[in-house]
Amino acid sequence: MLLARLTQANGAPGQEDEVRDLIRAAIEPHVQIVKTDALGNLLAIKNPDAPGPKVMLAAHMDEVALMVVGIDGDGYLKFRPIGGVDPRVLVAKTVVVGRKKVPGVIGSKPIHLQRPEEREKAFTIREMVIDIGAKNREEAEKLVQLGEIAYFTTEYEELGENRVKAKALDDRVGCALLIRLLQEEVSFPLIAAFTVQEEVGLRGAGVAAYQVEPDLALVLEGTTASDVPGTDDHKQATALGEGPAISVMDRSVIPNPELVQELLALAAEKGIKVQVRRSTAGGTDAGQIQLSRAGVKVAVISVPCRYIHSPAAVMCKDDFEGAYQLVKHYLARLEERAGLS
Amino acid sequence: MKAIIEQLTQAFGPSGYEREVTDLIRELVKDHVDELRTDVLGNLIAIKHGSSDGKKIMFAAHTDEIGIVVTYIDEDGFLRFSPIGGVGITTLVGNRVRFANGTMGVIYQEGKTEWKELTLDKLYIDIGAATKEEALEKVSIGEFGIFHREFADLGNRLVAKSMDDRIGCAVLVEALRRIEKPKHTLYCVFTTQEEVGLRGARTAAFGLDPDLGIALDVTLTGDTPEARHMAVSLGKGAAIKVKDSSLIAHPRVKDLLVDLCEAGGIPYQMEVLERGGTDAGAIHLTKEGVPSGTISIPTRYVHSPSEMVDLGDVQACVDLVVALAGADLDGVI
Repeated sequence: MLLARLTQANGAPGQEDEVRDLIRAAIEPHVQIVKTDALGNLLAIKNPDAPGPKVMLAAHMDEVALMVVGIDGDGYLKFRPIGGVDPRVLVAKTVVVGRKKVPGVIGSKPIHLQRPEEREKAFTIREMVIDIGAKNREEAEKLVQLGEIAYFTTEYEELGENRVKAKALDDRVGCALLIRLLQEEVSFPLIAAFTVQEEVGLRGAGVAAYQVEPDLALVLEGTTASDVPGTDDHKQATALGEGPAISVMDRSVIPNPELVQELLALAAEKGIKVQVRRSTAGGTDAGQIQLSRAGVKVAVISVPCRYIHSPAAVMCKDDFEGAYQLVKHYLARLEERAGLS
Repeated sequence: MKAIIEQLTQAFGPSGYEREVTDLIRELVKDHVDELRTDVLGNLIAIKHGSSDGKKIMFAAHTDEIGIVVTYIDEDGFLRFSPIGGVGITTLVGNRVRFANGTMGVIYQEGKTEWKELTLDKLYIDIGAATKEEALEKVSIGEFGIFHREFADLGNRLVAKSMDDRIGCAVLVEALRRIEKPKHTLYCVFTTQEEVGLRGARTAAFGLDPDLGIALDVTLTGDTPEARHMAVSLGKGAAIKVKDSSLIAHPRVKDLLVDLCEAGGIPYQMEVLERGGTDAGAIHLTKEGVPSGTISIPTRYVHSPSEMVDLGDVQACVDLVVALAGADLDGVI
């Protein structure tokens, strides 16, 4: 199963190789051109010389992770987050570290040794270490180098009727959607951009869009679902099972209003359940793509994921399927239009 | 000019949804320009050709205003919202919101909330709907709205919502009407999405590739009771920007604006803005760089529903734009 393999692959910002290799192998039969650019974006092009609108689909390959920044005398690894990671989700999680895939566990002071005031607050990242079982610095240095990445070890699993648990659903769901969509037959130029370094500031997408020069771009994302206990109804950005989310605004972008309306109307027409994203927090690659060169028409379609940016996120397969159907129908609509012109 | 300012400030144009404003401006300038076009981000570009040896000057005034977007509608028909642009929470309680279809609403705070603990998620909008269904007949999730307030003519001073930056638009409109045959080709860009990050200006500047960039936007003043120190006052003329958080005005551009004011007897004042930015921040970093500056209209109570400007200052800004359209730019750019 593709989504399982994609989420099990590791790809911190700037180190997306493993994910890129997997995607390249999956898409090569379906596109005419595949190339990797200077930043590491993987660009796959169908019908490069065809007339008609140049349509870009984008999803980012990178995931939030941890970087080793120190090794202490007792062989513990100090680390810092790459991308937005809530330190409170880290305690006691298992990880693999670096090129040698050294297993480790995130350690912290046990509760019976904590002073009463320490028990009142959560650990900061500075109070945690990765324990790889090394007895001292020398032993640790043989296994791990400074700057290497630690990844969560979560196994992909299906939960309940139609839900999925995995790490890195943000944004391997988008990558999986793109891979599937590249199998569609269209006659206009279609470019799939699998971007890098989204989690540290939308860095790959701008460079990708500059090269592609699209007329229109759809960004496929995993977004935060907050239908979890303790969240007021009016603070829930999206909910699982309500369909893919369409954004009207976030910190990085106000998607093209006409395109948003068109997608909502198309969803209604085809009986695809969708939800409007009910939060303006967060950002996506669309922010950089929209502002590329003299401007690009963009929209964002996201699969809701609970516990996003944590070791284990949960999504609903129906939402994933809904996102696929919506984009597929939209591409068909563009195809009809291209045929008429 | 008062009538134009009233028309422009009363129009509806939250960031991303500026169409009503750009349509209005199109009508106001269409008989005074050589070309009008709209780009992908919705920027309205009004072009007036200059002489063959002239330069390309891009003027930018933004059409968008701060506002809100509906994020949730509860069973009793109350709306929740997120801000669009820099919305000050102290301006909100009791304020009114207007949506594109004319629907009005009142912003108020949850009953149990202490004033000091007020945060945006403790506020709601009441559009007079008794149920969720009734509310959904008027607005939808994701709908954009603005802060409603009528225009007031106080004589030499004017008060309205969205003077930021419809007053800049009004200055450009008025200048386009006055300029007969410019020396330089003028690209007057009525930009979009400034309040959310100078977005329209960035793509417009890339498309136009100008030799010189000038933003027209409001700036703060230091002339009100207990105000933070700032050497800009209402009524003392056009403000020529030295710097803000987005731009250090190109020294030769800044000096040129000063020289034009001195030569033309246009009242002016120098402006150093500690926090804030304008479209010039995006324009000057375009491609290999564009020498840029900003002509600011001093404005009190910026980002409140009652922004106040002085007509004399506005006139001075128009005079300066007109002077620049015919200025000698040799040795400047």
